[in-house]
Order: sequence, then structure tokens, then C-alpha cells
Amino acid sequence: MKANNTLMRADRSASLLWRRHLCDKLATAMSWLGMLIVVFMLGSILWTLFKNGLAGMSVHLFTMSMAAPGQPGGLANAIVGSIIQTGLAILIGAPAGLMTGIYLAEYGTTSRLARIVRFVSDMLLSAPSILIGLFIYMMLVVPFGHFSGLSGAVALAILAMPIVVRTTEDMLRLVPVAMREAGIALGAPKWRVILFICVRAVRAGIMTGVLLAIARVAGETAPLLFTSLGNSEWSLDLGRPMASLPVAIYQYAGSAYQDWMQQAWTGALLVTLGVLIINIVVRVGTRGGRS
Amino acid sequence: MEIPARQSLPAMKQAPSQQGRQKGDPAFRLLVTATGVGVLVVLGAIIAVMVSGGWKAFATFGPGFLVSAVWNPVTQHFGAAAPVFGTVISSALALLVAVPLAFGTAFWLTALAPPSAAAVIGMAVQLLAAVPSIIFGMWGFFVVVPVVAHYVQPAARQFLGHVPGLSALVAGAPFGTGLFTAALILAVMITPSITAVMRDVFLSMPTVLRESGYGLGATRWEVMRYVVLPWSRQGVVGGIVLGMGRAMGETMAVTFVIGDSNHIGWSLFAPANTIASLIALEFPESPAGSLKLASLMALGAILMAISFVTLWFSRWLLARGEQAAGR
Repeated sequence: MKANNTLMRADRSASLLWRRHLCDKLATAMSWLGMLIVVFMLGSILWTLFKNGLAGMSVHLFTMSMAAPGQPGGLANAIVGSIIQTGLAILIGAPAGLMTGIYLAEYGTTSRLARIVRFVSDMLLSAPSILIGLFIYMMLVVPFGHFSGLSGAVALAILAMPIVVRTTEDMLRLVPVAMREAGIALGAPKWRVILFICVRAVRAGIMTGVLLAIARVAGETAPLLFTSLGNSEWSLDLGRPMASLPVAIYQYAGSAYQDWMQQAWTGALLVTLGVLIINIVVRVGTRGGRS
Repeated sequence: MEIPARQSLPAMKQAPSQQGRQKGDPAFRLLVTATGVGVLVVLGAIIAVMVSGGWKAFATFGPGFLVSAVWNPVTQHFGAAAPVFGTVISSALALLVAVPLAFGTAFWLTALAPPSAAAVIGMAVQLLAAVPSIIFGMWGFFVVVPVVAHYVQPAARQFLGHVPGLSALVAGAPFGTGLFTAALILAVMITPSITAVMRDVFLSMPTVLRESGYGLGATRWEVMRYVVLPWSRQGVVGGIVLGMGRAMGETMAVTFVIGDSNHIGWSLFAPANTIASLIALEFPESPAGSLKLASLMALGAILMAISFVTLWFSRWLLARGEQAAGR
């Protein structure tokens, strides 16, 4: 009787153990599946881009401006336009982000105002980019009566700034107190300590944020649709509509012409490669620096 | 940070540039504070511009703007219901797909993967997050849409087409574009960011807790289910809500695959519109000052309200999760 009881208990615990391990195996299998699907998606996107985009790589793409379907043309004006607008956006957005980051890390810290600024900046980080486009359209396009490269750059700057704010604040918080105290002990005023000791010490980290901001805004399309509009001719005038690679891709990808489609794919490959290479450099670089 | 050290160095006080230094600090403080306040001004201006730009539509159509599903430029009658419906449904469907994927990936990255593989796959996930949204749109239109049109929708019709009550879900011609495809693309887009948040909150749990779970003989799944998840619940929900906020505001990817139709219906495969895609598609035909542009601005204001509330909620959850972690 007693032996029987023990046997039954052993039996039950064995079945429980079996069930627990089954659950574990099932969860493990689902987890592997999830991971593989995510990696497969990235692979599929890259493969599609290379398959369709590589064929259109040529010197003309970089030397000729956009042209009507059937005419020989390239994406040179769009590439240059993208570089100009992204560059200008960073020139506006990065210093503003840097100073806001300094305010949050060094002056505001836990004050009420700083908490609100931090919160709003984080919200802008994920705000729909099309809203920024509409906003700049009403602020800089309607009053001046025409679309312009400058308004596109300002829209992108609003998107770039919160990224720099986030990294600057995070990085400045990593600066050891001893370093600040050393600066103060030498008689340096606080602003010099911040700018020439703290910021300089973490400049690599802040550069990371700036690079990520470049990667983010270089591929943005929605805010440019209503601001710089796109331009099929060569133009460096910031007061006029300006071409950009993402908008050109959008325009070409929706067309029915074979050569435009080809250029859209090649442009897409260029944008993606650029953005991903910046990301890889940043992430490999920061990992190396940390360890 | 005050400067008591200076008092012990009287010689410093005679430094000639002392006067300038004392002016430099308040000026710099003012400068950075003003920039910080500038961020608030930008947000305030965005809100003000959206509301004032859309005011004409709100004034013309009254509260009916929110519930009317009509979008007719010919009769100059505009309503927000159809795009709002499309936005909410496509994001909700996207979450249904993205949350299990993100959870599985985060579980794999934090508990199952060998460290070197975790680094590589973690990088791949972050790269997926960095791909510009227009690329997702092109990929969706040329790769996913044909698959949905040729395989997914016919199969769904075969299985569900004869089930009473469910057949409406799969009705419609197999175009491949529509809510379902948009939701799939959105899911792929937001999975990396949800994964990143989940991985971070899972990793922020003290290792001791995880180890004590294993010490008691728990399997990896049991540690995840009964130790990690309860501990990081708020952060996980915060990450999911953040992903939803991103999905609702996404423009370019959706614009390619949503099908552009202002129609509310049961079918998952029917063409639809989200707020963002409608704005992007209709804007070129909306001259400044027109009622149509005002209606688009009003839609923008609605999108802004929805996404800011969502983002506010997710940040609040994430901050509370962090506070709990610091305790």
C-alpha cells in the first residue's frame, strides 16, 4: 500500500516534470521562431534592395539630374539635396540638442521644468514625422508662399534634435564627479567646466548621437513632402523647392515607368546602405569603447 | 555645484578675469535654459498650429467631423471617422503580430542565445529599426502585397469564407493592399523597437533574482514567466504602447500598401486609409486656405492628440518601471 502510494506520487511528479519541460521546449521553440522571423524580414528587405537596386548603379546616377521617363537621367540633384538638407538640419538641430542636453544634465536635473522638458523631448523623439511636416508647412511655407529647401531642413532639425538631447544628457551623466571637482578646484567657472571638461570627455558619445540623428533624418520622407517638396532640376537654392533622395524614391516608385522604377530601387539601396553603415559604425564603435 | 574650494585660495580672487567669469556663468545658464524652454515652445507651437489650422473644419462640421465617414472633395464634405478607424485597426492588428514576435526575440536575446550570437542578432534587430520607413513601403508594395494577394487572402477566404460571422472579415477582391497588409508592414517596423525596450527591461532585472529562479530548479521559460515578466511588467507594457504610438503615426510605409479608400468595413483585406496616409496622399491636391486642407490639419490635430496621449502613457509606464527597478 505504502509502496503503491510512493509509486503514484513518483508517477505524478514525473508527469509534472515532463509537462514543465514540454512547456519550456515549446516556449524555446516559439522564441527561436520569433527571432528567425525578425532576422528573415531584415534579410528579405536587404535582398530585395540588392536584387533590384544593384542593376541601376552607374556613374550617371551620381552625375546627372533627374529626367523625364525615357530620357537619360540620374539622381545627382536628389543626392546633393539630401546631403544639404540633412547637413543643415544637423547644423541647427545638434547645437540645440546639445544645449538642451546640457541644461537637463547640469542645470535642470530634477527640477520641475527639467522634468517637463525631458518628457516633451522624449515625446518629440517618437512624434509622427508627418505632423512635423505639416507644422513647418504652416510656419515656413504658407507665410513665404513657396516650398523651400530651408523649410525641409528645419523640419528635419526638429526630428534630429531630440536624439541629440537624449544622448547628450545620458553621456554627461556618466562624467565622474571627480573630474568636475578637479576643474572647479582649478578655478574654472561652471560653464567652462561643462564645455571644456565634461562635454569634451564624452564627445565620442555625443558624436554617436549626432550620427544616429543623421541616420534618422537622412531617410525621412514624410516631413519633406510638404516642405522642400522635391525638385527634378538641379538647384542649390535654399529658398526654392529642393530635391531629396527619399522624396525622389517616393515619386519614382509610384510611377509606371521602367527606368524610374529602376532608379527608385537604386536610390533606395543607396539610402539604406548609408543609414545602415552609419548605424553599424556607431554600434560597433560604442561597443568597442565600452569594453 | 558651488565652489567652496575657492575660498581657501585667496590668490584666485585677484585673478584679473574674475569679473568676466562671474558674468559667464549666469549667461551660459540662461542660454541652455532658454534652449530647453525652446523645446517646450516647439511642442506648444505644433499643438497651436494644428488646432488653429484645423479650426475651420471643426467649425464647419462641428462634432459631426469626428463621426462622419464621408470624405468627398466634390461636395466639400469631410469626416474623420474612416481614417481614424483605419489608424486604430491597423495599429491594433500590427500589435497582435508584433508583440509575440518582439517577446520571442527578447526572450531569445536575454535567456537563450549564446552571448556572441546575441550581440549579432541584437545588432540585426537594431538595424531593422533603422531602415527608413519608405524602404518598408517599397518592400511591402513589391514583396508583401503580391504574397498577400496570391496566397494569404485566397487561403483566408477558403478557410473563413464559409464560416458565418467570419466571412465578412475576408470579403473583397484580392488586391493585396489594405488593412491587413498595412498591419503586417507596421508589425515588422515596430517589432525592433518593442524588442529593444523589452530586452532592456529584462536585462535591468538584478541577476540574483534570475539566478535564484534557476537555483530553485525552474526552467528558463518558468523564470521568464514567473520571475522576469512580473518584475518587468510596467516596462513591457510601456514598450508595447510606445510601439503602438509609432505605428499610429507611421506614414510612408502605410501609404504604399493601405490602398487609399475612405471606407469603414469589416473586411481585413479591404483598402482603407490611416490619418497619416490620407494626409500624405491628399495634401498635394489641397490648396492653402481650402476647407480640405483645414480638414487635413484637423485630422493632424486628432492624430497628434492620439499619439501624444499614447506616448505620454508609455513614457509614464516606462518611468514608473524604471523607478521600481531603482528601488
